[in-house]
Amino acid sequence: MQEFIWLLPTYPLLGFLALVLTSGRLPKNIVAIIGAGSVGLSFLTAAIIAAQFLASGEDYFVKEVWTWMAVGDFTPGFNFYLDGLSLVMMLVITGVGFLIHMYATGYMADDPSYSRFFSYMNLFVAAMLMLVLGDNLVLLYLGWEGVGLCSYLLIGFWYTNPDNGYAARKAFVVTRVGDTAMALGLFLLFAELGTLNIQDMLHAAELEWEVGNGLAVAAALLLLGGAVGKSAQLPLQTWLPDAMAGPTPISALIHAATMVTAGVYLIARTHILFELAPSVQMLVAWIGLITLLLAGFIALTQSDIKRILAFSTMSQIGYMFLALGVGAWSAGIFHLMTHAFFKALLFLASGSVILSLHHEQDIFKMGALRKKLPVSFFSFLIGSLALTAFPFTSGYFSKDEILIAAHGLEGPGMIFFFGGVLGAFLTGIYTFRLFFIVFFGESKAAHPPEKEYGGWNMNGPLILLMILSLVGGFFAIPLDAVFGQHEEHHVSTLMHGFMIAVPLIGIGISAAFFYFKIWSVEKLMASSLAQTLHKFWHSGWGFDWLYDRVFVFPFLWLARINKADLVDGFYALIVEISRAANSMIVKTQTGYIRWYALSIAAGVVVLITVGVML
Amino acid sequence: MESIPVEHGLILAAILFSIGLIGVLTRRNIVFVLMSLEIMLNAGGLAFIVAAARWGHAEGQIMFLMILTLAAAEVAVGLGLIIQMFRRYKTVDINVLSEMKG
Repeated sequence: MQEFIWLLPTYPLLGFLALVLTSGRLPKNIVAIIGAGSVGLSFLTAAIIAAQFLASGEDYFVKEVWTWMAVGDFTPGFNFYLDGLSLVMMLVITGVGFLIHMYATGYMADDPSYSRFFSYMNLFVAAMLMLVLGDNLVLLYLGWEGVGLCSYLLIGFWYTNPDNGYAARKAFVVTRVGDTAMALGLFLLFAELGTLNIQDMLHAAELEWEVGNGLAVAAALLLLGGAVGKSAQLPLQTWLPDAMAGPTPISALIHAATMVTAGVYLIARTHILFELAPSVQMLVAWIGLITLLLAGFIALTQSDIKRILAFSTMSQIGYMFLALGVGAWSAGIFHLMTHAFFKALLFLASGSVILSLHHEQDIFKMGALRKKLPVSFFSFLIGSLALTAFPFTSGYFSKDEILIAAHGLEGPGMIFFFGGVLGAFLTGIYTFRLFFIVFFGESKAAHPPEKEYGGWNMNGPLILLMILSLVGGFFAIPLDAVFGQHEEHHVSTLMHGFMIAVPLIGIGISAAFFYFKIWSVEKLMASSLAQTLHKFWHSGWGFDWLYDRVFVFPFLWLARINKADLVDGFYALIVEISRAANSMIVKTQTGYIRWYALSIAAGVVVLITVGVML
Repeated sequence: MESIPVEHGLILAAILFSIGLIGVLTRRNIVFVLMSLEIMLNAGGLAFIVAAARWGHAEGQIMFLMILTLAAAEVAVGLGLIIQMFRRYKTVDINVLSEMKG
């Protein structure tokens, strides 16, 4: 059965083709069956393959399908590589992906472009599977750009609103900055090591480069550039909140569970390269730490339900980067998996809330939804608990591992540890701020919901994701063969208690503000310092403002002064010359037969003369 | 019988050809253009006959028979076209047909 691993991306790809070629002429229930069914089939296949792979006890499995292109020694192929890491990724993508597809059949039911939506979704799943299963960096890059394209198409799904188009372009352009760096990294690796097969490349790197080699550092830095772009980490994080312009299932699938974690996957996949460049690995940790803190502070001030979740996603990916940076590879992937469960749950639940309130996204226009929307309420409760690492939920186990690993690191480990704990504290506050404001207090909705939106196809995935968010922490994932036996870190019981208590304190503070109303936000906001901070954080630490001034405005200015386009002038000249020559020659075409006959006669005379003379 | 020198025959053919060509180039009446074309074809045929007589080969005469057939066919098609042209334009002035100018 493992031979059939190529079926995984094939099913969604066929689904995409079927939906695209019929271009919306199929009835909606057929579209739903094709769209969700193809991913479901992928999941079934993936589950069977996973069971067999684990039973076989092999470390890895390669299936060569065909050679993509052959240029001299450079022969990247459509070859699939399965090991513990790609196993986890493929199960998350197809499993969570299937649940989200199912949810979307209900969520998008009233949309006129139903078929287009599912065709993009299927294409995305196919590309994402290609990304995680490819055995060479070229195939990985194909998937990488494929998911970027689908992200662009789906953010701008409701393209009639120009704001959505802007958000889509922004996401595309900003991630493209990172992708360019990554492409350069690929060129460098190929030029130096002569192969882009990931495993061969890593072995060659280990043999040829000693730790701290300049080329290793450069290659790792360039790959990191791609990773921060895709995973919305500092300094390329600005696109993620705007990406929330897309439909909510997209936010759950692409911008929470799968695509944004591709950067984490890339770093974990090439971890040997990062171990050869310790300075870059340290940079990964710092990027993760700073991003998780910045995003945490921003999330405190947002009022759009999806934006809060977007910043929370950014912050959680920061934790994954932190884990990778301190060398806790499996902890990072573990957090990736649990995060996929609970963040998909939160996004889907927020989708139900938004639809029940007739497309209201402002949390201050919600309130008191606990009784009206019971499924969303429990989804949010469990998702929020997992997100804040409440003991024995899935998020607790994964975040625990990361923080303990950071604690065990020499040097700046303590900074990472306390920074991570501070991030967990912020997570507790902003998550339960959202929770209390939306589900408790008084109803401030313009159109209070009569009943919860959605049938079994929307509530079923929510319930399954609730279960996964609760028990996901007990899954044992087979990563030891990939990353080597990781060293066990331990912290004292006191430290452990501290780690557990801090998020709970955050929840408590949130409850004091927004549930018990012991403290009041208005009083807190009275000081001018608080107002300035609020404004600053609300605008995302002013990154958009800064980038506009540093990159966008100079570019637009340059475009404006070069409106005539100097380079283009040269080519315009060629056009002018040929046009002038044409207008001269066109005069010979008089339309008189005698003129043509004369030309022929004259031509013959000239030819005969030349022939005779020679 | 003294045979006619080959040069005389060829010069006659060249004169005939030139007369035909000048006719094609200068006449505006399409009927005369067609007649001039016939003269040119016959000039070509004459050249073949003269050459065949000079070297005593039969191919030249065969070629002349072919040219004759060709000229007959050409006249049939040409006259048909002229009739069509006259029906459409009510004239046989060839300069009217210059609509295809660049």
